[in-house]
Amino acid sequence: MTARSSREAAAVVRVKIPTPLRSYTGQAEVAVAVPVLAPELPPTVGGVLAALDGAYPGIRFRIIDEQRQLRPHIRLFVGGRLTRDLATSLTSDAEVMIVAALSGG
Amino acid sequence: MPRTKVAARSTPARRIRLLIATRKGLWTLTSDIARNGWKLAGPQFLGHIVHHAICDPRDGKTLLAAARTGHLGPTVFRSTDAGKTWKEATRPPAFAEGSGRVVDHTFWLTPGHASEPGVWYAGTSPQGLFRSADAGATWEGVAGFNAHPQRKAWCGDDQDGTPDGAKLHSILIDPRDRAHMYLGMSSGGVFESVDGGADWRPLNKGVRADFIPAPAPEFGHDPHCVRFAGANPDRLYQQNHCGIYRIDRPSDTWQDIGASMPKSVGDVGFPVAVHPRDPESMWVFPMDGTSVWPRTAPGGRPAVYRSRDGGKTWKRQDQGLPKSQAWWTVKRQAMTTDLRDPMGLYFGTTSGEIWGTRDEGRTFRCLARHLPHIFALEAW
Repeated sequence: MTARSSREAAAVVRVKIPTPLRSYTGQAEVAVAVPVLAPELPPTVGGVLAALDGAYPGIRFRIIDEQRQLRPHIRLFVGGRLTRDLATSLTSDAEVMIVAALSGG
Repeated sequence: MPRTKVAARSTPARRIRLLIATRKGLWTLTSDIARNGWKLAGPQFLGHIVHHAICDPRDGKTLLAAARTGHLGPTVFRSTDAGKTWKEATRPPAFAEGSGRVVDHTFWLTPGHASEPGVWYAGTSPQGLFRSADAGATWEGVAGFNAHPQRKAWCGDDQDGTPDGAKLHSILIDPRDRAHMYLGMSSGGVFESVDGGADWRPLNKGVRADFIPAPAPEFGHDPHCVRFAGANPDRLYQQNHCGIYRIDRPSDTWQDIGASMPKSVGDVGFPVAVHPRDPESMWVFPMDGTSVWPRTAPGGRPAVYRSRDGGKTWKRQDQGLPKSQAWWTVKRQAMTTDLRDPMGLYFGTTSGEIWGTRDEGRTFRCLARHLPHIFALEAW
C-alpha cells in the first residue's frame, strides 16, 4: 500500500522482506519513502530498491547485481504480479514483495 | 547493515587460532600456545557460503570474510576487533557497470604489503582483481587487470573454465616490493606484475596444460594454488591441475617437481603449504585425478606429502589419519601452517573435519569434526 506525503515529494511504499534479508531490516515488512519527481512519474521498482538501500545500506547489492539485473534466485512481486523489470511503475496502492525463490533442495 | 556478535570470551594472551570458512558459515578453533587443547567457537554467518576468511597480519585484529548465500549477492564482512563484531563492506567487489560482467562470489582475500596498511586485494569468480585502500570497506576493480586488453584472451569468457566458475586466487605480494605481485587463475595460469597491477604478463613456461591442444601454451593453464616459499620470495611453489611445480626467480621457467611423486598417488591436488622458515620444505595433499576426476583422497587413504628438498623427493605423512575408506579431500585454501617451532600444519576437509599436527606432519590428530564442507583454513 502506498501513501503520498502532504507535498507529494515522496511516496511511502511498503516492502515485504524475505528472511535472508532481515539481517538488514530486522523486520518482515518495512515502509520506505521513494522520491516522486512529478505526479505523472510514479515510483518504480528500481526507485523503491534505491530507497530501501538508503535506509538499509548494502541490501540492494544483495538483490541486484552491478549490471542492474535481478540476481538469479530473487523474485519481485509488485501488487502481486511478478516482474523482473526495475522500470515497472507502482500503482498508488501497490506493495513490493521481495522473494528468495526456492532453489536447491 | 548486518552485524554478527559472539559472546565475549577470555582469550589467552598467547594462542593459536584457526579461521574456518565453510559452505555454511564461519567457525574459529583456538588452542593454547602448546597446541594441546582446542576449542571450537561459532558459527558466525550461519548459512552463508564463506569462501575465505583471513586475519590481517599487520595489526593482528582486522579480519575479512568473503561471503554470499544461495540467494543473495556476494559481499565482504569486516571485523576490527578480532571477530567479535562484523560490519559489511559498503561497496563490495563488483565489476564496472556497463562491463556486462557480474561478480558471482569473492573467492580470495590477501592483505596488502606491510608498507600499505589498510590495503587489501581480492580475487573473484568470474576472474577479477579488486583492491581496497580502507581495510575492506570499499573495493575498486584493478583496471590494469580487469580492463587489460589481453584479459579475455588469457581467461576466456566468464562462462568458460571450471564447473563452479573460474577463480582468481593466490594473490601474492612480494614482501620486498609492494609493486611486485603474482596471481593465479584457474582459467588462465599464473601472471606477474612489476608495477603494482598496472600491467601483467603470463608466467607459465614449463607448466603442462594437458587440456589445451597447443603443446606449450603461454597461458590458459589451471594453477590450483601458488605460494611463496617460506623466507624466500624468489621461489614459488605451485600445485597445478597438471602437476606440482617450483620456480626460482629470475628464471621464468617452472620446474616439474611432481614427477618424483609416487605414481600410485599422482601429482594432482588443490593446496600447497610452505614452511615459514625453510624454503626447501613444503607440503601437498594429493587427490585422485584419474578417469573422471573423483577428487577424493587416492584410494580413500588420505595423506600429505612433504618435501624437505624443494620437491626433489617426497615423504608420505599419514600417521594418525584414517587408514582406509576416507573419501574426502582438501580444497586449495584449506591447508595452512602456524609460525611455531616445530611448525603446526593444519587442513580442513570437504567432509568438515579439521586435522592438525604440531610436529611438522609426523603425527596428525583430528581437532574438530561435523563441520560443513570446509573451503578455507587460515592460522593467526
